Amino acid sequence: MAREKELTMTTILPRKDVVIVGLGWTGSILAHELTDQGLDVLAIERGPWRDTATDFNIGYAQDELRYSVRRDLFLQPAVETMTMRNDPSQTALPMRDFGSFLPGNGVGGAGVHWNGHTWRFWDSDFQIKTNLTKRYGAARIADLQVEDWGVTGAEMEPYYDQFEYLAGISGKAGNIKGKLQEGGNPFEDPRSRDYPNPPMEMTYAPTLFADVGRSIGLHPFPTPSANMSRTYVNPLGITMGQCTYCGFCERFGCANYSKSSAQTTILPVLMKKANFEVRTDSEVLHVDLAPGGKSARGVTYVDTSGQEFFQPTDLVLLCAYGLHNARLMMLSGIGKIYDPATGEGTVGRNYCYQTNAGVQVFFDDKNFNPFIAAGALGQTIDDYNGDAFDHGGLDFVGGAGINCIPTNGRPIGTRPTLPGTPKWGSAWKKATVAGYKSTLGYSSQGSSYATRTNYLDLDPTYKDRFGRPLMRMTFDFPDNDIRMSNYLCDRMEDIAKAFGGKQYSVGRRKKGWDSVPYQSTHNTGGVIMGTDPKKSAVNSFLQSWDVPNVFVIGASAFPQNAGKNPTGTVGALAYRAADGIRNHYLRNPGAPLVQA
Amino acid sequence: MDRHNTVQLSRRLFLSSVAMFTVTATSASFARSLSGSLPWAPMSSDPPMQVVSGGWQFFTPQEAALVEAIVDRIVPADDLSMGGKEAGCAVYIDRQLTGAFGTSSRLYTQGPFLPGLPTQGYQGEANPAQRYRVGLASIDAFLKQRDGKTFAELQPADQDAFLAAMEAGKVDLPNGVKAPGFFGLLLQNTMEGFFADPVYGGNKDMVSWRMLGFPGARYDYRDHVSKHNQPYPRPPVSIEGSPEWLVKRS
Ligand SMILES: Cc1cc2nc3c(=O)[nH]c(=O)nc-3n(C[C@H](O)[C@H](O)[C@H](O)COP(=O)(O)OP(=O)(O)OC[C@H]3O[C@@H](n4cnc5c(N)ncnc54)[C@H](O)[C@@H]3O)c2cc1C
Ligand code: SF4
Repeated sequence: MAREKELTMTTILPRKDVVIVGLGWTGSILAHELTDQGLDVLAIERGPWRDTATDFNIGYAQDELRYSVRRDLFLQPAVETMTMRNDPSQTALPMRDFGSFLPGNGVGGAGVHWNGHTWRFWDSDFQIKTNLTKRYGAARIADLQVEDWGVTGAEMEPYYDQFEYLAGISGKAGNIKGKLQEGGNPFEDPRSRDYPNPPMEMTYAPTLFADVGRSIGLHPFPTPSANMSRTYVNPLGITMGQCTYCGFCERFGCANYSKSSAQTTILPVLMKKANFEVRTDSEVLHVDLAPGGKSARGVTYVDTSGQEFFQPTDLVLLCAYGLHNARLMMLSGIGKIYDPATGEGTVGRNYCYQTNAGVQVFFDDKNFNPFIAAGALGQTIDDYNGDAFDHGGLDFVGGAGINCIPTNGRPIGTRPTLPGTPKWGSAWKKATVAGYKSTLGYSSQGSSYATRTNYLDLDPTYKDRFGRPLMRMTFDFPDNDIRMSNYLCDRMEDIAKAFGGKQYSVGRRKKGWDSVPYQSTHNTGGVIMGTDPKKSAVNSFLQSWDVPNVFVIGASAFPQNAGKNPTGTVGALAYRAADGIRNHYLRNPGAPLVQA
Repeated sequence: MDRHNTVQLSRRLFLSSVAMFTVTATSASFARSLSGSLPWAPMSSDPPMQVVSGGWQFFTPQEAALVEAIVDRIVPADDLSMGGKEAGCAVYIDRQLTGAFGTSSRLYTQGPFLPGLPTQGYQGEANPAQRYRVGLASIDAFLKQRDGKTFAELQPADQDAFLAAMEAGKVDLPNGVKAPGFFGLLLQNTMEGFFADPVYGGNKDMVSWRMLGFPGARYDYRDHVSKHNQPYPRPPVSIEGSPEWLVKRS
């Protein structure tokens, strides 16, 4: 009955070569690559069209209440949210508002309002299980479910390079073809050439942080940034403007065309191609499979009037953001949903996050002008990241980048005060004025390693606006990661002491992941890549093992997360998938690129 | 901020000559098919609407008096700034409660409503508008019973003591109102009003920005990036502009 009703209500549309679900960072990259190949590409995007002049308008882009507090550009929980709990014994409840992470919405996706810290993961991150087992023995990672990615750092290098030049990253190489470079990150893997743009001009706080770090033997370097240090013309011929250090970056669109996003690096070219079309304000409900479930025949989507459409296609690319990719896989019945009790199933497996902690140093005599800032302007210390240091005598694996990247001085959200300050009244006000300009902060962005009981599946109770189950997130910080974070806090304290401020405070990470305060929109895993179809949902080209004409692109592919922001690697994986499709898949459409 | 949606409606309607689907009037923006060019249109931006003070749109006069007295203790007048009432924090909250924030129209509001863990966030059924209506009435009722006075009639020290007790969960308010939760909402909204752009009705004359030395809606600091540890010389500007500009023109 229901099925019949569905059939009669759905409009069937003319076929397209490729359907891309979501036109954010990865969707735009894939659309550009595959239209270059001559394919007829349709992107279906849940949110509205967005462009700089209209939606990130310089007359009112700098509105903290609207964009940062009420989050005008983000996905609204009324449209889609998730339920959460910390462990499988609890009842998951819906995140009625997003807090800990903030998914994007609309053309450009989360790339519109990201910060732009643009990292490469290392070979030791990609071959993590092999590497850690060899270095410390299998027993050290027995509590974890870490997996190799099925690619090497050297294989990923050309794709990182492609993404960094597309996005005009400002930075300083630390290692070009094996030769260490003064002023860069000495711990990074070899790269083929330097960044396309020099580092940004440093503000006071990161400058001081770097001086202090060097004074105690650490190796600070400028954070690789997607905020332009100078005018840049990218390989597509699109010009970006110099960043003005406006301090309204993360959570905001950039009014200056200075922050890389689909809008500033791809869309001006992509939108002019006759073989590309985007349908906005249209939500894909699921991928439709052919009888037998071994190939996709199209997608079903609904527009804002409630009208349902069936869009036939030969190739489906899920580019809907990692978490949404995972849910779309579950709702489409592609692959088996992971069950932590048996360890079977791949979709929803190895959900990971980011293990952050922070330090504040308070001064009497300094003025940091916190409002002069950009999303990715700062200095990083990688001496304790990943496997850059010996964990032989330690009780954990993993690490964190230590970042001094003061992104803003917007006063609703950024008002550091000494510990113990009341939250209101005259004493509060006095402390707020004293702390506003003279506080320096930095933080550890830690790795997040998979365990058996951190995973995604479908919620048994709560439904979305179409009556379909919300995704359920079961997550807490693993003990390993808490030990890692504590070690990093000790190292950050070493730095704090060397600052010689009047006081410092350390905010340590504790068990019990809290979905309310913002932490980071770095949700990884759920549709992970790998070499074993029993443990991974996609192969190393991000092609589904179960339905080979579906590719699933995003941080959903990470088997675990490193102590770095994900998008450099997400962009590189998007280019790798495009390469696989253009140069291999299209020769033999519908066939797996890797034999299981 | 509901107005954004309405503006968006007419803007999208205007632009929907290329749209291939029929539309309904309930959605904020309509499905569109775009191909062949960047669909940019002049004069289609969506700026915020200036809140005009005067009158109350959500609060009753009695509620307004209570909120004005509360915001004046959360942000008291002293040598650093005017108080929350004069700065417009109550006007700000009043206008927010009539919009998307007040009705939680952007949030997930489907049941069942179960008591959650602290890590699961607010799980109540009531939206902010309803929480203010009930919460303010319960403060009045509680104080009338205890002191025979309204909050506004108490001495400042007694007002502070009462708010501190709410914050600490040491007051049992009637009608099932959880004092710390409601105080948290009042605190959050008062701070928003005090520190947000004046276009939303609070932060009169950019008082909080002048107090902190935050230059507001300026968008280009390239000339000061390398001037480490030196005070930024220019006064703040708001999205609506700056009184300094008006002075120059007259
Ligand atoms: C505040 C913030 C700061 C960040 N800072 C950084 C940073 O400094 N460095 C870094 O590396 N990363 C950062 N990130 C993360 C970064 O933005 C993402 O990793 C990146 O955008 C992911 O690209 P994507 O293509 O996978 O998803 P997105 O760019 O989010 O695109 C996904 C698109 O799919 C659409 N979509 C979803 N579901 C559907 C559906 N069912 N049907 C149709 N369309 C759908 C969405 O509307 C969206 O437009 C940040 C994110 C946020 C929110
Ligand atoms: S800080 Fe720079 S890149 Fe970021 S929004 Fe401002 S001008 Fe754009």
